[in-house]
Amino acid sequence: MATVVLLTATGLGLAALYFLIAAGLSLVFGLAGVLNFAHGLFLSVGAYATWWAAQRWGFAAAVVFGVACAAAVGALVELAMIRPLYKRPTEQVLVTVGLSLAGVALLEAVWGADSRPFPRPQWTRQVVTVLGARVPADRLLLFGAAVVVLAGLTAFLRFTRHGLVIRAGVEDRAMVSALGIDVRRSFTLVFAIGGGLAGLAGALGGVYFGSVSPEQGASLLIFAFIVVVIGGMGSVAGTALAAVAVGLVQQFVNYYGTGGAGDVCVVALLAIVLLARPHGISGRVAA
Amino acid sequence: MRIVRRLAPLVVLVLAAVLPWSTVDIPGLFDGPLNSPGTLQLLASCLVFGGLAMGYDLLFGRAGLLSFGHALYFAGGAYGTDVLITHAHWPLWTAAPVALAGTVVLAAVLGAVALRTTGIAFAMVTLAFAQVGVVLVNRDPGGLTGGEEGLPLDGHGIPGPLIGVANTVNLYWLALAFLAVAVFLVHRVDGAPLGRVLAGLRDDERRVSVLGLSPYRFKLVAFSLSGGIAALAGVVYTLLVGGASPRMAGTDLTLSLLIMVVLGGPGTRWGPVLGGILYTYLDQRLTSAGGHLPGPLAQPLFLLGAVFVLAVYFVPGGLAGLRRRLPRLGGLPRRPTARAGGDTLPEGLGLD
Repeated sequence: MATVVLLTATGLGLAALYFLIAAGLSLVFGLAGVLNFAHGLFLSVGAYATWWAAQRWGFAAAVVFGVACAAAVGALVELAMIRPLYKRPTEQVLVTVGLSLAGVALLEAVWGADSRPFPRPQWTRQVVTVLGARVPADRLLLFGAAVVVLAGLTAFLRFTRHGLVIRAGVEDRAMVSALGIDVRRSFTLVFAIGGGLAGLAGALGGVYFGSVSPEQGASLLIFAFIVVVIGGMGSVAGTALAAVAVGLVQQFVNYYGTGGAGDVCVVALLAIVLLARPHGISGRVAA
Repeated sequence: MRIVRRLAPLVVLVLAAVLPWSTVDIPGLFDGPLNSPGTLQLLASCLVFGGLAMGYDLLFGRAGLLSFGHALYFAGGAYGTDVLITHAHWPLWTAAPVALAGTVVLAAVLGAVALRTTGIAFAMVTLAFAQVGVVLVNRDPGGLTGGEEGLPLDGHGIPGPLIGVANTVNLYWLALAFLAVAVFLVHRVDGAPLGRVLAGLRDDERRVSVLGLSPYRFKLVAFSLSGGIAALAGVVYTLLVGGASPRMAGTDLTLSLLIMVVLGGPGTRWGPVLGGILYTYLDQRLTSAGGHLPGPLAQPLFLLGAVFVLAVYFVPGGLAGLRRRLPRLGGLPRRPTARAGGDTLPEGLGLD
């Protein structure tokens, strides 16, 4: 029983990371139609900014700084690099691919390719007893953060004007433009939100893994892509469901099966979902 | 003029074949004379990746399929051959064809699933499949793949002329032969009805299906053929570097293939080969020169990534497209090609 609870908690912690990365990816893809390979770079930027600031200020301030940096990078990338290429989707992908390669190499040049120990606050190393199992507190932190983000993002999409424009844009971008609304401003906003969430994932990933490295973003990104496809592109709720499914399957199979079997199972899950429902769990709605 | 254009590739091929007899030293470009093993090794890598990029362009530039999982088939050929020789003690002559056939079957099966999706979803699904390859190779199931260390090739199963530093020249010729085969295959496809259909699929898939052709089948054939060329490249590359390593399976390899093709000119006759050769040369040279350059310039991927991003904005159509954009230097007049959707990716197949 204790093992099951611990595995569930770890799986949910991982799912929280996947959700934070995939929610931004999913909105960017759903609204702007951009497959953003540079999303892993946003995550690394957030992680390194938090790591840098945590040595000077407190942990909370460092996380805010990291999220702000990643959001700024996200908005900047949209304005400077993606914007000139709308209506040329393949070239957008290529630019984000080049950006992710060059950006990660830049991080390696500045801080070295080896992973750096992340200054975790003391309380995240403690252990909490849940249902008789001793669960590390950082798992709960990750899960709590993801739930707060999910609630905040859903409220933002549902109750604000910007959210309304984004939801409408995911469903029919041409129609929103035809109504005289400048969708492109929402593109920048979505990139900033996605960047910020990826930055938060970077900071929390630092706590979870205990270290930061330039490659971290790229390895998490692949599973985030899988989550996005399973969840249905552009859907926040679908992304959350898919993240939980992927995180739990990966943890449980990795524990009870041979090493690496969990990753294979996740890909098999993707194949099954795609064959059964080519548009993912929830089709294309942003809610 | 036509004859010159037709003969030029043959002349280049012959020149490349007799190059190992030259002792010319080109300072700056290469570290030793042309026939030194180090230089031949570098050139052979360039040739392998030139052919690999050509095979990848069969999907990307010619059929318009953006696959992020091509490294899987390269690694399939490489690890397949390596495992059969090193662990099962097969001779090269049986190991290589079996690895090749196995990888083609793998490409056909995975392609059959992945091609049920299109566009960006296809890219993500191929990426996910390739990720399984990365995981398997790194986890070292049953001690087969050697994990992160890679699997050095056992010399017993390999014919003598392909082993040893002194025999690098034979590996160079093998790489050249592979490049010739890859280019020949892709150019044959270009000229065949299959190539026309693929170009049609790239430009407007709905129209092809309205004509009564099944897009799925043609794409699957292209996917399997491209996977086969990648597997062959993997076999040759394993022999060249004397083993297989997890880097061969990684996503970065697929991404660099994409860069090669886009830099060279997707969908053009020679662009992908040129891009592959140039990228591999720069990558290896920048890596060896890395220590001498200041700051981020020491990272080859930083330079290559930045150049790639700039190329996407300012040189659409790649190196091969440059010729078209510069004032004509005695080039043939070209038919304008009608393109759907306004994206400027691959252009012009009808150059034959």
